[in-house]
Amino acid sequence: MIGQSRRDRLIAFFMLLPSLILLGIFVYGFIGSTLATSLTDSSAMQRLVGTPANNVGLKNYNDLFTGLLDSRFRTDVVNTVFFTAMFIGVCLAIGMLLAILLDQKIRGEAVFRTIFLFPMALSFVVTGVVWKWLFNPDAGINVLPTVVGLPKGTFRWFISEDQWLQFNWQDLPVIVVYVVLAIVLIWALLRWSRTRGTAPALVAAGTILVSLYLTLGNASALRFPNYEVKGFNVALIAIVVAAGWQMVGYTMAMYLAGLRGISEELREAARVDGCTEFGVYRYVVFPLLAPITLSAMIILGHISLKIFDLVYVMGGGDNLYIDMPGLNMFFETFRGQQFGRGAAIAMVMLIMVAVVIIPYLVSSLRSQEKNA
Amino acid sequence: MTTASRPALQQRSMSLSRFVIYGLLILFAAIFLIPVYMVLMTGFKNPAEVSISTMWQFPSSFSLESYGQALQVLAPGLTNSFLLVIPATILSSVLGSLNGYVLSKWRFPGANILFPLMLFGMFIPYQAILIPLVQFLSSIGLYDSLPGLILVHVVYGLPITTLVFRNYYAEVPNEMLEAGAIDGCGFFGLYWHVVLPLSLPGFVVVIIWQFTQIWNEFLFGVTVAQGTPTVTVALQNLSGSQIVQWNVQMAAALLAALPTLVVYILLGRYFIRGLLAGSVKG
Amino acid sequence: MKARVSLLLVIAVVMASFGFASAQDAPSGDLEIFSWWTGGGEEAGLNALIARFKELYPEVNVINAAVAGGSGVNARAVLTSRMLGGNPPDTFQVHAGEELNALWVAAGLMEPLNDIYEANGWLDQFPEGLLDLITDDEGNIYVVPVNIHRSNVMWYVPAKLEEWGVTVPATWDEFVNVTCPALQAKDVTPLSVGENWTQAHLWESVALGVLGVDGYNGLWNGSTSWTSPEAVAVWDTYGKVLDCANDDMNALSWQDASRRVADGEAAFNIMGDWAAGYFLVDLALEPGTGFAWAASPGTDGAFMMLSDTFGLPKGVANPGAVRAWLSFLGTAEAQDIFNPLKGSLPANTTAQIDNSELYNAYFQDAYSDWTSNAIVGSQAHGLVAPPAFSNGFAAIIAGFQGDHDSATASANTAVLALQTGMVQ
Repeated sequence: MIGQSRRDRLIAFFMLLPSLILLGIFVYGFIGSTLATSLTDSSAMQRLVGTPANNVGLKNYNDLFTGLLDSRFRTDVVNTVFFTAMFIGVCLAIGMLLAILLDQKIRGEAVFRTIFLFPMALSFVVTGVVWKWLFNPDAGINVLPTVVGLPKGTFRWFISEDQWLQFNWQDLPVIVVYVVLAIVLIWALLRWSRTRGTAPALVAAGTILVSLYLTLGNASALRFPNYEVKGFNVALIAIVVAAGWQMVGYTMAMYLAGLRGISEELREAARVDGCTEFGVYRYVVFPLLAPITLSAMIILGHISLKIFDLVYVMGGGDNLYIDMPGLNMFFETFRGQQFGRGAAIAMVMLIMVAVVIIPYLVSSLRSQEKNA
Repeated sequence: MTTASRPALQQRSMSLSRFVIYGLLILFAAIFLIPVYMVLMTGFKNPAEVSISTMWQFPSSFSLESYGQALQVLAPGLTNSFLLVIPATILSSVLGSLNGYVLSKWRFPGANILFPLMLFGMFIPYQAILIPLVQFLSSIGLYDSLPGLILVHVVYGLPITTLVFRNYYAEVPNEMLEAGAIDGCGFFGLYWHVVLPLSLPGFVVVIIWQFTQIWNEFLFGVTVAQGTPTVTVALQNLSGSQIVQWNVQMAAALLAALPTLVVYILLGRYFIRGLLAGSVKG
Repeated sequence: MKARVSLLLVIAVVMASFGFASAQDAPSGDLEIFSWWTGGGEEAGLNALIARFKELYPEVNVINAAVAGGSGVNARAVLTSRMLGGNPPDTFQVHAGEELNALWVAAGLMEPLNDIYEANGWLDQFPEGLLDLITDDEGNIYVVPVNIHRSNVMWYVPAKLEEWGVTVPATWDEFVNVTCPALQAKDVTPLSVGENWTQAHLWESVALGVLGVDGYNGLWNGSTSWTSPEAVAVWDTYGKVLDCANDDMNALSWQDASRRVADGEAAFNIMGDWAAGYFLVDLALEPGTGFAWAASPGTDGAFMMLSDTFGLPKGVANPGAVRAWLSFLGTAEAQDIFNPLKGSLPANTTAQIDNSELYNAYFQDAYSDWTSNAIVGSQAHGLVAPPAFSNGFAAIIAGFQGDHDSATASANTAVLALQTGMVQ
């Protein structure tokens, strides 16, 4: 630490202050305001007339998850989950593959790297416009095979209406509870097999009891009120391809930086110990890349959870097969002029992102602190 | 097995695996370039030549007509975007540099809590602040104007610019500043004489990053400054209106992407550094 | 006696305001005109109007603040925010009907314009049905309509229909049971439909065809229940109509969908009469032979209208210039400048509708329907339902596309109507 003069430290704080105030207002003040709005029935009408909005508590949120009219929002949630999972999976797998390939002392590495990374420099709007043309079901990608004499593709891309893995939205809470119970049970059993402690045994017994209670007793108390079939909309594949095209390079760059950070001596040591080239990756490289995978998952995850422009440009807005909460919020607010409902959707999006980001921020800054 | 045959075997399997590696890389490169091929071919075609049946073929003659048309439609958007990007980038970089300097060299109690709170601003879905943002800008008379949009981009650019500079300045040895302090430099003296002269690479990274991000941004453009559409908004309007002229759309897409592409290809190294900084650990 | 006094008072006030206006200098200063007319004939029409207005009032500095994109959604977002921020444009485009009344008028943000109507004799020049639509319960008129569009039009190519051996269906039942199978047997798409809002547009034509004029109006004034068997039947029919449509509708703009008819890939298309301009100008087809039209099935004798209008917000800086602009907009001259370019009917009956150089065969024909048919308002274009309803309805239409579930759709619409305050 330098410049211990009190005056200078005061100046330093005052130089930071404008940014703190701006971010305080624009991030936390606005989030607070959105939260407050989401608890009311605020609409353009009320604000124009100057009548205060009525406090409606959690009604907007309740409507989103159980209301008859908000099937659209629930479709958005399901779409977001499937999209995020696929998007992260595609980016990690292909990004890792490309990074490993590029790490093999390739001639022309810079050229390849440039090609894989340039879509990152584009706007999602440009990506959307270009891929909309490529995904035209009667043109674009589908006729590409005919250039080499193969039959025309028939996949309908972003206008596909097929749905896989269908489930009843009513059962979602039950499904979630069972999945959570199963994870806890497996974790507890693993723990118990290793330590033979009483605590894991109690937890395991507890989860079994709860599952038994739910199965034998009345699980329907947990169910949502409306029967609605949701599922994986195949049209999302088109969005994954377009978004993946743009973001795979990012994952590749992260992995490549990580690979370059693993010293050759370490790999050589593994080879001396008798590892095959595959073994070197299995036992040395992959474990060392794990933190990068986590970072990449979080960065990609928060992009996909708040995606808006790509879908807006490609799908035009009211195509439920590829709809996302970001679009719904935009229309609810600016077309329907119902600020309360729009704010509630925005808050749900914020919560989804915060759940992913906050632990990550805290942990990565803590480890930085330790290293420093 | 003789000792002589082993290297030969290795050699052969090496060259086979080399072949597979290059094959895969070329295959992926080709896939990545498909959209580029399509944009270029469609954009250079005569409007009459643009049809579904020939969309993958070379144009019979190179025509710049589509680019002329696209430029005409996009010109106001391009102008607005430049008027937006330049001041917003400069302001957010300068503020970020100062913040980074303070946070890395002038740690004060509470800084460890303030910093992550600042960083959080870069991850929030901007929908979560959209309604109050519009109201706030209206109330200070900056709604639907470029200065308003500049303010928005400066503020939401602060977390990343601060982060990059904080990590960058952390590498600057404290001894250098201490030496300066002994020479009688205060807060600004140290910044001006010691820190700033070292900052060029940091500024390059941040400026490139902010330039690309602000140029490519859409949600704020479409909600905060409709009257002065940025290039992404203009491009979206083009694709969402009138008859779908794919040749003009592709030409416009290329024009809209050109500035960031040029920056990326010329200064890609720094771009990647900014990109990796986004994953916080850097 | 009392009535007469107040009438005299009104006249006196009007006279006074007029004397006042003429005593003053000609209007000057800035006039910001806000619209979403940024392309094609709409933009050309607006520019021509502004050019003529500048000739008449050279002192006024016109600012054309048009906001593009999202078929007006973006413009309406900006407008709402500007009104909320107390910074309204001097005058703005708005669809006549609920889009205007449910928000701007109900919030008390608009100036009544009755004096302009009286001074220009427009109460006799605008059709009664239109005046009814734009007059509120107190007798106030808040906007000046520049044009009339028709929503319930079915487009086709006569020679193609002959080739395929089908005729224009008179009812939706005929379309679904006779026309559609005949065309499908010949591998022709019976009906081409585009993205979400064009589906809502199709829906209102189906609703009018199935329910008739009174039944359709009842949906909006509360006398037809959304859950009645008739309303459910609308969804049933709409579902069958969708089954006769192309399966890539979400990828098509309205132009793409209309073009399928011109290209002979589809037999019919339901679209507002802005499609006439598209067929005529962009595709260079002859009305009557290259393309032809009929009222959408079951809606003969009904004219489902929408209208673009301009009004005067309260508290603008330069009301004199706005009044000059609005007084100009309603004249036959202005309407004959704008509408031939935009491709719409003049709202003022003294316009030169018979002049075939200005108004083509389609509009001659449409005008005779306009003056003789029952007038109903369009839902898809904001005339009979407030914005909150339209937004929710877009989601219902999109959901129906997936499940074709009439019961759910009608129940949802009923809840939506209740929630958005359309029915008590």
